[in-house]
Amino acid sequence: MSGTAPTHGHSRTLFWAAAALSVLMFLPMAWVLVLSVTENEALSRGTEAAFSGPYTLKNYTDIAGNSGVFRWFANSLVVAVGQTIGVLILASLAGYAFGRLEWPGRRLVFVIVLFGLAVPEQAVIIPRHQIFSTLNLHNTYIALILPGLSLPFGVFLMTQFFRAIPPEIDEAAALDNASRWRIFWKVLLPLTLPAQATLGIFTFLFAWNDYWWPLISATDKDMYTLTVGIASSQVNFAQTEGLGFLAAQAVFAALPVLIVYIIFQKHVVTAVSGGAVK
Amino acid sequence: MAAPHRQSRPSNALFAAPYLVVFVALLVVPLCWGVYLSLQKADLFGLYGYTGWTNYARVLGDALFWQAVRNTVVFVAVTVPVLVAIGLFLGLALNARTRGAAFMRGVYFSSTVLSVTIVTLIWRFVFIPGDGLLSLAFEAMGWPPIGFLSTQGWSLFSVGVATVWWCLGLPMILILAALQQIPGDLYEAAALDNASRWRTFTRVTLPQIRNTLILVATIQIVMQFQLFGQAQLMTNGGPNGTSRPMVLYIYRAAFENWDVGQGAAASELLFLIILVAAMGQFWITNRGNKA
Repeated sequence: MSGTAPTHGHSRTLFWAAAALSVLMFLPMAWVLVLSVTENEALSRGTEAAFSGPYTLKNYTDIAGNSGVFRWFANSLVVAVGQTIGVLILASLAGYAFGRLEWPGRRLVFVIVLFGLAVPEQAVIIPRHQIFSTLNLHNTYIALILPGLSLPFGVFLMTQFFRAIPPEIDEAAALDNASRWRIFWKVLLPLTLPAQATLGIFTFLFAWNDYWWPLISATDKDMYTLTVGIASSQVNFAQTEGLGFLAAQAVFAALPVLIVYIIFQKHVVTAVSGGAVK
Repeated sequence: MAAPHRQSRPSNALFAAPYLVVFVALLVVPLCWGVYLSLQKADLFGLYGYTGWTNYARVLGDALFWQAVRNTVVFVAVTVPVLVAIGLFLGLALNARTRGAAFMRGVYFSSTVLSVTIVTLIWRFVFIPGDGLLSLAFEAMGWPPIGFLSTQGWSLFSVGVATVWWCLGLPMILILAALQQIPGDLYEAAALDNASRWRTFTRVTLPQIRNTLILVATIQIVMQFQLFGQAQLMTNGGPNGTSRPMVLYIYRAAFENWDVGQGAAASELLFLIILVAAMGQFWITNRGNKA
């Protein structure tokens, strides 16, 4: 493999520097991990206890006894899965229409949708909050899921993927007089499966980690998502149930995304780089 | 002649319709409604009529708003160059087809997938006085302790450290993708000319990834101007508002003081500032392109 193009200009010194500096990435995470398995009473006398123990898994079993955290976890799962399914459906249909079909005004509408990429959340969040207030929908899953479906990123990504499919494929199907829906569903959609996986994982992570919207929409403790729930329990940092318990919550909340990330690393990376670099 | 399915038909738009409905209802309408709200006297319970530029005048006359603007601009001006530099360094260091490089890429991107609440929780465990990792390290070294989250100057700095740690994955990945698209023969030509490593870097690598560096900077400017969760959770803007960014100001106005009109006006101003900053940065960096 040596001498292949991508390794040109690569420096071993730089690599080892980056490897050494990765300690700074690890260290804060490792610190929280160690705190989470240290006995709470020992920590309350001083966090030096993290270096000497006693160690225990009690902080984690305490989470099991704390129904709130599980409820928030379930809420996050419903919201993230719901948003992922919704985005995949809407973005695939729209991607087909924008990338594969011709209709009056297509270009203009697509440009307007692309402009949507530039709208920051803070410019729309107050009116959104009012809309859902008027409809009396706050503290529902619908309110937590819907705003995420309006983001143009998925449409942008799927349009690119539909465009990249060779035209011969649906031309052949069109000769057989297949309807547009049939071509979409039977011929083209299966070809976009890798793109679906990429967009799906990206949307899932994005929804799982969303903070501001659930913070203002889900005010009822039972409707908190995990991000908001964990935020609420760290507000009174000093007076919490204990640093060890708090650290265990952080690990418990971080694990699902880290696992999803480790399994689907390639797709995550394609999603973030594929959309931007052309 | 176009193939039959490529013919322009209005009914083709139906495939885009479901998304467009959501797009209009939850993005276009709120965007316009926000402008309308900023010109109204409004609170949680309703609208009390057109007030012209009153909300804007109130925001612009508020010392706290200008403090937030200053904090945010300083924050962006420091974190964005740092993020681009780290991204470039990691891109160059980890652009290799080895297991080690792949593993390191995974490590450096891992923080990006965490939510802001976990990131801030992790860094609070590092920064808290007395019990934090840094506090213990300072104690071991015999240095006087620093209240990182509660001291003027240090609080915004600490928020910045957590932010850089959280956000460095995206610049790295984008720059890596650009580095991998540089044609190998450019490097071969440079090698034939006996160009030094530094010369190859400045004459071949940098010009080739120039557009990506601009893109990365633009994305980061837009993102870092929207700093919110880290500041809210780590310092809550304190002490005395010295780490309060604009979005936290908007959040306070609209969702804590329920002064919806003022919040809307402030968010339109922030939108304007982001547009100007992103376009200004794009314009300045592109001007050199033509010269």
